[in-house]
Amino acid sequence: MHEIGIASSILECVAVEAQRRPDMQVLAVGVRIGELSNVDKDALDFAFEALTRDTPMEHLKLQVEWCPRRQKCLACSEEFSVHDLELACPKCGANHSTCIGGTELDIAYLELEEPCAKS
Amino acid sequence: MREIVEKKVLSENDRLAGELRQRYHEQHILCVNLISSPGSGKTTLLEKTLASLPQSSAVAVLTGDIQTDNDARRLSHYGFPVRQIVTGGTCHLDARMVDRHLNELGFRGPGLLFVENVGNLVCPSSYDLGEAAKIVLLSVTEGEDKPLKYPGIFHRASLMILTKTDLLPHVEFNPDLALENARKIHPEIDYIALSSRTGEGFEKWLSWLNVLQQKVRQQAAAVSS
Repeated sequence: MHEIGIASSILECVAVEAQRRPDMQVLAVGVRIGELSNVDKDALDFAFEALTRDTPMEHLKLQVEWCPRRQKCLACSEEFSVHDLELACPKCGANHSTCIGGTELDIAYLELEEPCAKS
Repeated sequence: MREIVEKKVLSENDRLAGELRQRYHEQHILCVNLISSPGSGKTTLLEKTLASLPQSSAVAVLTGDIQTDNDARRLSHYGFPVRQIVTGGTCHLDARMVDRHLNELGFRGPGLLFVENVGNLVCPSSYDLGEAAKIVLLSVTEGEDKPLKYPGIFHRASLMILTKTDLLPHVEFNPDLALENARKIHPEIDYIALSSRTGEGFEKWLSWLNVLQQKVRQQAAAVSS
């Protein structure tokens, strides 16, 4: 249950980014979470909500993109998503591949209030 | 309006871990990070390991727990510097804790640094501590399907150690199945089965460490030459 720590790292990052844009309001933060990152989406939502409640970030939304494990075949270079732990290449059947996705724990974007929307 | 940020969530930890890695590299320190469920035998493995190393070896241990300094006390009987990191509730070690306690320990390389993480198969795997290798322990009193239940750590670990093999005659545990499951997640993971109680398999473990230590030295020599 380290989602509190993860949520608080996300909020620290948002605070730093928000300081750089003092005339804009941050509406949402978009994160990418890989299936191998050991972060539970529901627990993260819960932690995020708990940490922002009754703070200036209360209305900040968390948008999570869930990223499945992806491999690249070392024989034929096919890139594929892994289902049911099947690591064999679906194209050529080779058993050797390297992990190219699924470990993400990234802040991807911020949704900002358009400056012109402010009057 | 969407603005792309592209930053690691744990970028501050990653930055500190990068500094630790650089320090290990410069001082020829091999750092390994031991991770397992509570009670899989991390501390006992370390006790036995420290007992079998020559007193002249440059070795240090940082051991993490949520509460108590019991592990540091157990590990301090072998003549090597040991420091307890009490996290006070945090379920993993992060790079900042390691940095602070390493400074207080005053350990300088060349040598071997063991970091015993908090007993937990989930959270410690997210935090880079600058180590050369994560090592995951699984004991024969657990289930063979642990690698499937906790894929994150088995994916990141370089080595899986099956512990408490002296209990195999008394439990229904199939080591081949456990390894098969681990390799479904991480086909290249190294594997050693051992018993800290009887010493069975210990030579393999010590030689695994030795090989990694030589690799670290060679890398450092290649960079400085």
